[in-house]
Amino acid sequence: MSMLEVKDLSIHFGGVKAVQNVTFSIDSGIVYSVIGPNGAGKTTLFNLITGVYKPTTGEIRLDGEAIGGKSPNELATRGVARTFQNLQICMNMAAIENVMVGAHLRLDRNLLKAALRFPALKRRDRELREEAAELMRFVGLEKYVETRADAMSYGALKRLEIARALAMKPRLIFLDEPAAGLNPKETIEVDHLVRKIAESGVTVVLVEHDMKMVMNLSDRILVLNYGKKLAEGTGEEIRNNPDVIAAYLGTHD
Amino acid sequence: MKKNAYFGLYIVIAILIVLPFVLPNSFYMDLVIRMAINAVIVLGLNLLIGFAGQISLGHAGFLGIGAYASAVLPTHFGWHPLLAMGAGAAVTGALAALVARPIFKLKGHYLAMATLGLGIIINIALRNEAQWTGGPDGMAVPAMGLFGFDLSSDKQWYWVVALLLSVSVWASLNLIDSPFGRALRALHGSEVASQVVGVDVVRYKVAIFVMSAVFASIMGSVTAHYVGFVSPNFADFFHSIELVTMVVIGGMASVYGSLVGAVLLTALPQALATFEGWETVVFGAILMLSMIFMPKGLVPTLAAKFGKGD
Ligand SMILES: Nc1ncnc2c1ncn2[C@@H]1O[C@H](COP(=O)(O)OP(=O)(O)OP(=O)(O)O)[C@@H](O)[C@H]1O
Ligand SMILES: [Mg+2]
Repeated sequence: MSMLEVKDLSIHFGGVKAVQNVTFSIDSGIVYSVIGPNGAGKTTLFNLITGVYKPTTGEIRLDGEAIGGKSPNELATRGVARTFQNLQICMNMAAIENVMVGAHLRLDRNLLKAALRFPALKRRDRELREEAAELMRFVGLEKYVETRADAMSYGALKRLEIARALAMKPRLIFLDEPAAGLNPKETIEVDHLVRKIAESGVTVVLVEHDMKMVMNLSDRILVLNYGKKLAEGTGEEIRNNPDVIAAYLGTHD
Repeated sequence: MKKNAYFGLYIVIAILIVLPFVLPNSFYMDLVIRMAINAVIVLGLNLLIGFAGQISLGHAGFLGIGAYASAVLPTHFGWHPLLAMGAGAAVTGALAALVARPIFKLKGHYLAMATLGLGIIINIALRNEAQWTGGPDGMAVPAMGLFGFDLSSDKQWYWVVALLLSVSVWASLNLIDSPFGRALRALHGSEVASQVVGVDVVRYKVAIFVMSAVFASIMGSVTAHYVGFVSPNFADFFHSIELVTMVVIGGMASVYGSLVGAVLLTALPQALATFEGWETVVFGAILMLSMIFMPKGLVPTLAAKFGKGD
């Protein structure tokens, strides 16, 4: 059975059909990419699956359980993590605290114990700070362990989002354009990073415009166009698909 | 959160220990007690406004519930003051919890309007239930008895309030740098980011709202016993605004800023008394200027200037 199954998924914003009857499934342990021109509905699809938007119609199943319409925090408890195309960093916090908050569900969140500074909580927090620093090193942010988030470059913040998502210890991670706005060197680093994440056993769903990176990393690819599924298959199949070529060269319609 | 965050607490405690020995007379003693009471209220309010990013324009209403619980229950029903204080806090907590859910589904201006409305409703209730509350004239509050002796002298009150303030600063610092506090700050920084890592944002907003309301209620009771008198003005809209102003002037999301804001704005009306009739205008002008030149508030601005963490 596939880890994630999406069936006839649609969402409408007024007259805009951002995602229309999209069906696909993702096996555990692979890198699955979603590509398509600007406005194709890729981010909207991520928002639907991670609970940020509620589907108008259709089904989403995680390990067979229907999760369509569940809130993002409920999905977090099921091991679903994500990053955002338009950065969602807490600029009011230190960089490392952004990562630490990713471990939210694994911590004792009791208000009273926190206010009274229970030693067990402090001890766990100290360990967590170590874990978070380790994660920052893993994504290549060792320089920024002591920095405020609002003092970091765009490229560094993109990776900070990945570190925060990894702090959840997810089973399934959605990366929305992790290489957008990065220079070629940084892009290669992110490419390696995504591979490392996949090798650690996390199922990766990737949206990315950098085709080289997509072809490099993906086990399977879904192509969206105007909210609809245009094609799905291996990199090889997608590269040779006439509809995809037409859509990307703009001769579609 | 910097490692030296607790250093400020030691300074606060040191100042609180020295103050009563250097204050020239009871006028200043009284002023400092009121500063400290306000500081505790503002600390709680800053957790809500500065750290969690949620506005409340009705907090004086919660002060009012606490104050009137301490006035009405011992006077009319013979309750022990501590029991009355607890009852006030419980009622405030229950009321805050009841209205919080629908309120926090609202955003931005609507949240401000909803809390404003709540504060006004509480105030009207206190004004109108004259047979219990004395109506617009207010009522006297019996003395607070603690462990067999009456809290009456300023000295005694001073130490009680100083202890409350020190504990509140300590607890606030603890809370901010904990999983709960990080979740709170995260939902302020990016609500959607905090949700996808598992923060149930409505729950956290409700929790901190209830907590700061209960803080306010308890300090309302303390004020009532200390002053020995309550009137509806204590629970009115202008008092709510004054508290929010203390948060903003001192510095949002700054524990020590809360103290500075409370101290300054409690002292300012006294200092401006010489302006006879123009106090309000000068007061307003000072607020405007400080907002223009220090939009982040006093303590964060100074901390940034001198390159030190808060
Ligand atoms: N909340 C919303 N309200 C209204 N329209 C929306 C909303 N979210 C997305 N859309 C619309 O849905 C369509 C798909 O947008 P989406 O952001 O998913 O595209 P995308 O494939 O991620 O594009 P890009 O490559 O530029 O990131 C667009 O027409 C967009 O304007
Ligand atoms: Mg997008």
